[in-house]
Amino acid sequence: MAHFVILGAGECGARAAFALREKGFDDEITLVGAEPLHPYERPPLSKAGSADASGPKFIAAVEKYAENGIRLLTGLEARDLDTASKSVTLSDGTSLSYDKLLLATGAAARSFPGAPEGSSHIRSLRTHHDAAALRNVMKPGKHIAIIGGGFIGLELAATARRLGAEVTVIEGLERVLKRGVPEEIAHLLTERHRAEGVDIRCGVSITALTEESGKAVIRLSGGEVIEADLALVGIGARPNIEIAESAGLTIENGIAVDTYLQTSAPDVFAAGDCCSFPLPIYGGRRVRLESWRNAQEQGTLAAANMLGLDEAVSSVPWFWSDQYDMTLQISGLADDAATHQRRDLGAGAFILFHLDADGRLIAASGVGPGNAVARDIRLAEMLIAARAHPDPAALAASDIKLKSLLAA
Amino acid sequence: MSGNWVEVCGKDEIDEEDVIRFDHDGRTFAVYRSPDDKFFATDGLCTHEHIHLADGLVMDEIIECPKHNGRFNYKTGEAKGAPVCVNLKIYPVKIEDGAVFISL
Repeated sequence: MAHFVILGAGECGARAAFALREKGFDDEITLVGAEPLHPYERPPLSKAGSADASGPKFIAAVEKYAENGIRLLTGLEARDLDTASKSVTLSDGTSLSYDKLLLATGAAARSFPGAPEGSSHIRSLRTHHDAAALRNVMKPGKHIAIIGGGFIGLELAATARRLGAEVTVIEGLERVLKRGVPEEIAHLLTERHRAEGVDIRCGVSITALTEESGKAVIRLSGGEVIEADLALVGIGARPNIEIAESAGLTIENGIAVDTYLQTSAPDVFAAGDCCSFPLPIYGGRRVRLESWRNAQEQGTLAAANMLGLDEAVSSVPWFWSDQYDMTLQISGLADDAATHQRRDLGAGAFILFHLDADGRLIAASGVGPGNAVARDIRLAEMLIAARAHPDPAALAASDIKLKSLLAA
Repeated sequence: MSGNWVEVCGKDEIDEEDVIRFDHDGRTFAVYRSPDDKFFATDGLCTHEHIHLADGLVMDEIIECPKHNGRFNYKTGEAKGAPVCVNLKIYPVKIEDGAVFISL
């Protein structure tokens, strides 16, 4: 009887386990997670929609794992991977032999250099446990300093304001959302945060982050000192590659996989936040994506390839963020864009379509209240996947349906 | 079991291969017109996270939720894969005098 082992019980690992069953795999599946909880969704952790929620949003009820014959081991980490003998040793000393292995180990929050570890006043956000601790401080009369103006930082800023806390955002670069979000959209969100009472400071460097007398203390390069009840460090994530690296797998900004999510070791696959992979839609450019949908899609794709179905990566990257009543959605990678076209959708919602020098649509970024941009971003994604060269004037004309461009 | 027939809108107020939101008596529905010019109705909120499906994209007989891209067959209500796993309720639809009615 074959035994497939999945290391990492987040979105990616859990989806892979269920996908193996959906695709007809009848033998043994073991899913190993480091957290004590069974797999849950991470996007709600930073978002206002779940700010009052006491419990995590589980991907599936715990009974579903047993019903599907998935052996779920929680609270355990992999300590050693031996690709020659095809075995994994876990933190409790258990050894698992595998026929196929999936590394879905995810990513960990980057810590601030020199900041004290284990401080209850200096935290990051990665787990439900972290989110619960944050919610305890997000209250009127409390001051939260958020270090880093990325998605996590700004979502938490919005959540904290909704819950009545004072918020300061400190960003080292000249603007927030510098990575992957167009300036026009970042500016709009910055203005919205300021209107909601968030103190956003950009282009500010921090010389020290310490805990003193029950406060987080942030010293800025200009000499100013900011005290907060809690400092939330949201300066990105690093892929969890340790076990792969020590087993000798190729690492290249994450665990390097090919277009079938196969690592450099036989019968070992990697998927989700922990791996870098070639993206055919952008000429095979190697990327690592920290996104919910990527984790989900690659979990399913890894399952197919563990079963020998040879399904190549074909998706278009997609990200979203909720802040106040605004949703931002981005499809594709805009880094190589030469021009963009703006389409206004009414009620302040708009989409920027990013075109490369040849006029190919390579990304679309939209922002607006509720889900105002969702449908057109989804259609843009289909145009990107089709490697379309749409008429720029048609992209900008809001009375021309994007669906008609897809049919063209 | 069919209950009351409620008028939604004129049939031409829904484009082909499209969806509209219809609120009635504190409930929200999504009403669809398929590419082959037939009409369907389901509950209006995604079973994954209570997002209005009418903001989503209709492709053939699939409605895709605008938030997390969960998919349903709007003719049968069937959930078509992660992250949705709970089906949508569907409701009978009839066209009379150029208007769309659903049975609640």
